[in-house]
Amino acid sequence: MVKEIERYGIPIVHMATITTISQSVGANRIVPTVAIPHPVGNPTLKPEDEKALRKEMVKRALDALATDITETTHFE
Amino acid sequence: MSDKFKVLYYVNQFFGQIGGEDKAGIEPEFRKEKVGPAIGFESKLKSEGEVIGTLICGDNYFNEHKEESLSFVMDVIKKEAPDIFVAGPAFNAGRYGVACAEICKAVADEMGIPVVTGMYIENPGLDTCRKEAYVIETSDSAGGMRKALPSMAKITCKLAKGLEIGSPEEEGFIARGMRKSLIVEKRGSLRAVEMLLKRLKGEEFETEMPMPVFNIVEPAAAIKDLSKATIALCTSGGIVPAGNPDHIQSASAQKWGKYDVSGRDALNAPDFYTTHGGYDPVYANEIPDRVAPLDILKEFEKEGYIGKVNNYFYTTTGTGTSVANAVKFGTEIGKELKEAGVDGVILTST
Amino acid sequence: MKLEIGRIFIKDIQLGSETSVKSGVLTVDESGLIAKLKEDERIKDVKIDVARPGEKVRIIPVKDVIEPRVKIEGGLNGFPGVTAKPAQCGEGRTQVLYGAAVVTVGDIVGFQEGVIDMWGEGAKWTPFSQTYNLTVDINVIDGIDPHTHEEIVRIAGLRAAEFIGQAGKDVTPDEVLTFEIGSVFEETAKYPNLPKVLYAEMMITQGLLHDTYIYGVNAQTILPAVLHPNEELDSAVISGNCVAACDKITTYQHQNNSVILDLYAEHGKEINFMGCIMAPEHTTLAGKFRVSDYTVKLAKLLGADAVVVSEEGYGNPDSDLLMICKKCEKAGIKTVLITDECAGRDGMSQPLADTAVEAVAVVSTGNVSHVITVEPAEKVIGKAESIAVLAGGWDGALAEDGTFQCELNAVIGSTSEIGFHNVTCRLY
Repeated sequence: MVKEIERYGIPIVHMATITTISQSVGANRIVPTVAIPHPVGNPTLKPEDEKALRKEMVKRALDALATDITETTHFE
Repeated sequence: MSDKFKVLYYVNQFFGQIGGEDKAGIEPEFRKEKVGPAIGFESKLKSEGEVIGTLICGDNYFNEHKEESLSFVMDVIKKEAPDIFVAGPAFNAGRYGVACAEICKAVADEMGIPVVTGMYIENPGLDTCRKEAYVIETSDSAGGMRKALPSMAKITCKLAKGLEIGSPEEEGFIARGMRKSLIVEKRGSLRAVEMLLKRLKGEEFETEMPMPVFNIVEPAAAIKDLSKATIALCTSGGIVPAGNPDHIQSASAQKWGKYDVSGRDALNAPDFYTTHGGYDPVYANEIPDRVAPLDILKEFEKEGYIGKVNNYFYTTTGTGTSVANAVKFGTEIGKELKEAGVDGVILTST
Repeated sequence: MKLEIGRIFIKDIQLGSETSVKSGVLTVDESGLIAKLKEDERIKDVKIDVARPGEKVRIIPVKDVIEPRVKIEGGLNGFPGVTAKPAQCGEGRTQVLYGAAVVTVGDIVGFQEGVIDMWGEGAKWTPFSQTYNLTVDINVIDGIDPHTHEEIVRIAGLRAAEFIGQAGKDVTPDEVLTFEIGSVFEETAKYPNLPKVLYAEMMITQGLLHDTYIYGVNAQTILPAVLHPNEELDSAVISGNCVAACDKITTYQHQNNSVILDLYAEHGKEINFMGCIMAPEHTTLAGKFRVSDYTVKLAKLLGADAVVVSEEGYGNPDSDLLMICKKCEKAGIKTVLITDECAGRDGMSQPLADTAVEAVAVVSTGNVSHVITVEPAEKVIGKAESIAVLAGGWDGALAEDGTFQCELNAVIGSTSEIGFHNVTCRLY
């Protein structure tokens, strides 16, 4: 899905846990996430800490969209 | 003559007995008779089917006037309504092969009837139609006609009668790239141990699954100014509105959904939940934003860090979903996003 | 370690007032079994039924399948660490009601259970159409959360198998199989020239309905562990999971793991089978790296020449499978992988979520999205309409007349990645 959307020239960032798959299938901008059942969350944290974590991750994803790249890049 | 199945046949100017290279520019025509290989072909149908007519077109004309040729050909086929369409064989003739392939593909796509042709493995037309047509493998020159026609006729009979098609080796067609599930004599573990023993002894063995090759796409240019950008949120984590109104499958998804979230601050429970069948849903169902962080994006929108969150949120399930469907979804969703003027996309996966 | 499995061939199951085996007919004390299971006060209701090969019976939604057994010598009866105290599995004599199976039925959270057809087209695609199935349909009291619900049904299935297994205690088996492999040093001394082979069994360990237990330990919490093959054949490993029904390893399939059995058959002849590495499949990338590194390290430590690797599930575990493969091959250890495919309903799609050039020897156990059409059943045990929510089913899959379509996804054991069944894919 990632690649097909990118074919329209729209930058896309893949937030995924198993970034090896993400890379194999050809995503270009990748933000590694926490775990498969809760990619952008961590239920073991206190609510306010979880929120902060999630905000930081989404910010990283947005910044990735605003970053020019020439090859597959992990934004960690 | 009524219970025979009907075949429509396509040949080029040469096999249509009009002429050689000098006649390659002739326009398409239709004759309600059997011409060239169609005669030999019909004789191999054992009176089960008949050729009701032959389409003939010059190779150069077809390749230089693809649209007109195709539209002529399709009109005839629609009018004659054959049960099955046969073209060639084209052997290693490039322009002829491309014409056969383009027509076969169009017929399969538009009419949904079985199509059969014949080609040499290196014919440039092959890739266009190998998925849609049964392409009988032929030699590289017309000398192989006598061998090709019986195979083409045999598979045509089977297709027309809805019989099961054997393996590419048995039927003589070029593999279409389809992974067909079959029940075999030996269980999987025994096949694995046998493969292992061969590997250990240095004997030849054949994998049952050649590894997939994924093509790549150049990275799109970055967003210049996030504060003016519209960002769309997509997920393959199966987050859907309560009740799953579009019935998105829990695995092996056949469709995607889009939902207006312009009036929402978050994808909160219980309005949303996951229908994804591939992971423990408890955490996603508590806070669906853990899978698709609409809440955070909306905050960034309020803060002015980004211009806007796209009105629609796009979703499907990734688990067990075929790459072909994923490609289809991506193409469809991408088109909508492009038209909506979206500048960037966040896609989350579980 | 030496284990004897005494097989008592079961040719029918009847419900009655005692639990016994006479001339191959297993009689089950229905009310006794229900009473036994209802000792767990969270169980509201139990329905017992029988499905025999060839009968026009459909069982849906199926959670687990378990082989009824009794330990008569060495070790403890039951499932040590789960329904019995911790004890060593894999030694002594275990009697098996061969040909019988306990099938647990009941909605857990909806979409992860499967279907078994006992006849016709559907029967071809599941190995459990060939067993005499005692179905145990469990309803729990209200207010039980999903994690607990799964546990209740899991344990009830094991208890039922234990209860029924008692019938085999004093019966002379029809066949006795002996499984014996000594220490790595003994076997290597005996067969110095045979290649040393390990079996790496990947297990889904990803949370609710996606867990596997070894001696009662949730494998989510372990580093890859080495087991003697006898331990798994003697009920040390149980399924707490229903990934898509097609390739989850049921408890029955652990007890009769076909990779172990087929490697055992070559032990001392063509190979030196040294044991099993139990490898959990994690939901984090770090977990996947750790497990693949650790698995390969164990293989190197044991001096393995080759490893057979079987996957459980599809999607993200494809990546674990290929990581283990790549790292083994790089270390000079030859691999054969067993996996199923997600090639789409038309079979035209790529089969795996990940790829590796090192994976040159792969056994395919079928396309999980292959669609089958099955005729209406005369009798449905469970709930026919479940097909609409099962992974591999869809809304409208069930026609008015009871005919239905589903992907192999929904059929228990159809694309078993331990190669328990006879399905494969070929290029067409």
